[in-house]
Formats: sequence, structure tokens, C-alpha cells
Amino acid sequence: MKTKVLMAILAVVIAGLIAVPWIASYFYVFIFTEILILGLFAASFNLIFGYTGMLSFGHAAFFGIGAYATALVLIHLEWPFLACLLVSMGASALLALMIGFLSVRLNEVYFAMLTLAFGMMVFAIAYQWRSVTNGSDGLAGFTLGSFGLGLDLTLGNPSVYYHVVLGIVAIASIVLYLICRSSFGMILKAIRQNPERVSFAGLNVRTYRLVAFVIAGIFAGLAGGLIAPFLRVASPELLHWSMSAEPILMAILGGTGFFLGPFIGSAAFVLLETWITTYTESWMLVLGIILALMVIFFRKGLLGTAIDWWMEVKK
Amino acid sequence: MSGIGAALLNSLDIGLLLFIIAVGLNIVFGVLNIINFAHGALYMLGAYLAFTLINIAGMPFWAALILAPIGVAILAVIIDRVLLRFIYSRDVADSLLLTFAILLIINESVRMIWGSGIHVVQPPDLLSGSVRLLGSSVATYSLFVIVIGLLLLAGLWYLFNRTRVGRIMRAAALDRDMAEALCINTRLVVTGVFAFGAWLAAVGGVMAAPMRALDPGMGDKIIIESFIVVVIGGLGSFPGALLGAIILGLIHGFGGRYLPEVNLLLPFVGMALVLLFKPNGIMGKGANA
Repeated sequence: MKTKVLMAILAVVIAGLIAVPWIASYFYVFIFTEILILGLFAASFNLIFGYTGMLSFGHAAFFGIGAYATALVLIHLEWPFLACLLVSMGASALLALMIGFLSVRLNEVYFAMLTLAFGMMVFAIAYQWRSVTNGSDGLAGFTLGSFGLGLDLTLGNPSVYYHVVLGIVAIASIVLYLICRSSFGMILKAIRQNPERVSFAGLNVRTYRLVAFVIAGIFAGLAGGLIAPFLRVASPELLHWSMSAEPILMAILGGTGFFLGPFIGSAAFVLLETWITTYTESWMLVLGIILALMVIFFRKGLLGTAIDWWMEVKK
Repeated sequence: MSGIGAALLNSLDIGLLLFIIAVGLNIVFGVLNIINFAHGALYMLGAYLAFTLINIAGMPFWAALILAPIGVAILAVIIDRVLLRFIYSRDVADSLLLTFAILLIINESVRMIWGSGIHVVQPPDLLSGSVRLLGSSVATYSLFVIVIGLLLLAGLWYLFNRTRVGRIMRAAALDRDMAEALCINTRLVVTGVFAFGAWLAAVGGVMAAPMRALDPGMGDKIIIESFIVVVIGGLGSFPGALLGAIILGLIHGFGGRYLPEVNLLLPFVGMALVLLFKPNGIMGKGANA
């Protein structure tokens, strides 16, 4: 019964998402594109935070390098879009391997500070390596060519780009979901609850953490590869630590204990931001208050709280 | 020689200022076991309060140096009583997230109250000139920062090693329950330590105000620097905070002068090098490696 209701809700949501360009204005097509991309970014973060228990404050490094990789390939090589995304994923995998190697062996407090500092290191490089990254202005002026696989799509059209993003995010989410559901995902959950016990069971906790960190980095890089053509610029702001804070907030807002939590959080975050900024400039103030209340009173996030409530009603 | 001397003095004043700020972060972590993400925001608040007291209320710099940090410490007591009391018994991640929320609230409040423009605080007349030292001219204000930094260093050492209050703080840091059993009011210790950490951050903020322009992003920058200091020195270690701050000061002092094109990157390179060989920081203890 419960699963049937959930499946029905999910089917309606998916149908609604596919229909967005036909039922909503261009403004909301943009908003939903952003929600999907940031949702994938937040979901990739949740693999290491919600599942493995590692609070990274430098996740934007992978998002940003994905954006820069796509922008650079489009400017200099003009490869098809799918190839750009593969390059983005490769670049973020490499970076995640380097940062992760130095960070995952440390406990959560050091880990949080280290990832923050390494994230800012990547930001500093993007900011100062002007000849490649164009400094604080970022890389702009690239045009989207073909999609790849011989498909004829006009990616410059926002509705088409929205559907491309929807498809890629859906596939990536399914892969991420399968990873979370696999025995590998179970071990990550066990590490979050009790790393010592996992270690005593003969598993190398550090290796599992590193692999999780790299997988999360790859999906963040994919999200970054999608954001650059959407914003039409890859700028250092995408690498700044305030960008790293966004997936954290989204994951907390939606609920870290659930796979769909970060997507709900991303939708709530972007929609709230859109609506609140029409009334007041101080979106960050509102956000800070919401976050404080969530951490203190609703630790399970919107989705977790809603599910608890639903169980209560059913009883 | 004169270039090296100037860089050395410059390193020392940056380093001691960083020490004042980072040691507050370290004490709060050592006793309360929370990483205060809002520490940089409290530093910024110290600077902005000093700006208001000096430029708007017309007070002398010295009055601001005393009053602004007290104001920030009072605010810290309120933050502790209203918000942080919920999460002391929880996961470290929760304290990071809650103090991050506080950082967002303070940052945006500063932007609302003082605007996003840049503000400037003039150093007091007594400290605005320069003197000749080690064959080059040095701003008097830099020497003042160095002297205050050393005085605070000595004061903190005395507090922790020679006074009853310091012993109570250390006892509460080592074993909260045992301290409670010995009739120590740990609630009061917790609030006091958090306020003291905020006071140190704000002192740093007032001291930095005449050296750096005030803008709403200044707290974000200093929190990264403070994290680097404690990571290099070792989290929770008092001498580690000093060593880390001096090392970062040297990186800034010499890097800014001799390697300007990569100066933003250098602190992180230094940190990564330390971590490769000493994952707990140079003075860090504990077995989390």
C-alpha cells in the first residue's frame, strides 16, 4: 500500500517534470533546469555526507572543475556535448582522487576543514591562472555544438536543454541510487554508523571512503559540466566555498537520510530563493534562520519529517 | 637585507594577529569540542563595531579596543544560550552546521546594517607613523600588533597554566562529567569559554581594522586562514596555534613579496605539505591518522 502510493507520487512527479516546458513559462524552465543540476550536485554530496558521514566543505571544487572542463573543451576543441561531460567527469575524478587521498584518512573535524581549504586552493588556482581560466571574469563565449551519438538537437533552445538535463540527471540519479543500494552502499552506511566496527570486520575503511569521495566527485563534475552551458560561463564563483555550502544546505533541507532528500532540498532551496528575493535582498539571512531551525528541530529534513508525519497519520 | 627584514616583521605582525584569532577557535574546540564556523563572522563584527564606535560615535581607538570585543562577547553569550545549547550533546557535524547558519545570519546582518561597501578605520595618531628598524622603515602600527599579540600570548599562557580558572577550563575539556562531579558548574564554563573565544576573535577584528579595509567578506577570508593555522599547528593545541600562525605569517610575509603571482595558493601548499608528513598537524596529538 505504502509503496504503491509512493510509486504513484513518483510517477506524477516524473510526468510533471517531463511536461514542464509545455505547461510553464520560460522562467520556470530555467528554474527547473537549475533545480535538476543542483539536485544532482547535492545528491552526489549526500553520498559522502548522508551515507558515509563525511562532512565536506569543498565539494564545489568538483562542481567547478567540471564546469571549467566543459567550457575549455567547448572553446578549444569544440567536441560534442556528451564528450565534454565525459571530460568533466574525468577531470573531477582525478581531482577527487588527489584531494581525497589527503583528506579521507582524517576524522570528521579535520576532514571538514581540510576539504574547505583544498576547495579554496582550487578556487585560488582558477582565480590566479589567468592565461587558462581568464581569472575572475571566468570563461564565457563558448557555443554548444552537437550533442553527440548522431542526435540532432538544438541545445541552445532552453526547452531542449532542459530535457537533455532531465535525461542525464535521471540516468545519473539511477546509477547513484544503484550505488547506494549495492553492498558497497551498505558498507558506506555502516562506516557512517561505526567505522571501528567496519574496520574490525576486515574492511579497509580508508579505501571505501576514498572510493565514495571519488564517485561523489565524478557526479559533482557531471553536474558542473551541465551548469556551464546553462549559465553560459564558468567562473570562479562556482568553485568558491559558498558554493560548497549549497549542497550541504540542500541535503539538510531535504533530508540526508533519503536518496531523494537532496533533490527535494534543491527544489525547496531554489524556489525559496526565487520567491524570497522578490520581496527582500536578504535571502542569506532567511536561509541562515531556516538552516538553524532545521538543524535544531527538524534534523531529518523536509522529506524525513513528512514521512514521519505520514507514518503517524496512518497509525 | 632590508627587504628580508621588512618581510620578517610583516610576517610577524600577520602571524600574531592570526594567532589571536586562531587561538580563540582552538580554545572553543578544545573545551567545547565544537568547530565554530562563525568565528570569522565574530571577528568581522568586532571590526565593524570598532568602526561604528570610532567613526560614528567619535570614540578614541583605545575605547573601541576595549568596548567592541565586550559587545561581541555579550552577543556570544546570547548565541550560546539561545542556539548552541541544543547541540552540545550532538554530533560534531551538527555544531558545524549550526555555527554555519549563525555565520550566514551575522554576515547578512552586517550587510544590512553597514552596507556592502568598504569602510576604513584610521589608526590612532600615536600609532600612525613609522619607525626605522632593521634597516627599513616599519609602520608603528605593525609593532603595536606584535606587542599586543605577545602580551595576549603571555596572558593566555598564564591563564591556562597558573590560574584556577584556567585549570577549571582544562578540567572541563578533559572530562565534563568528572568536572561536574567536582562541583564545577560546567554550563557556566561552556558559556564562558564560548564568550571568551568570541572576545579573542573580536580583539583580532579591532586590531585588524586599521590594517585592512572592512567589507562583509572579511570574516569568510579569516575563517579559512584560521582553519589553515589550526590544521598546520594541530587542532586543540595551544603552542600549535602559535606555530601555525607564525608559519602562515611567514608564508604571507615572504610569499606576498617574492612570489606574488602564486601568493593565494601558497598557504594551501604549505598546509598540504604539513599534512603529508604530520596528518595531525605539527603539534597535534591523538590517533586519528
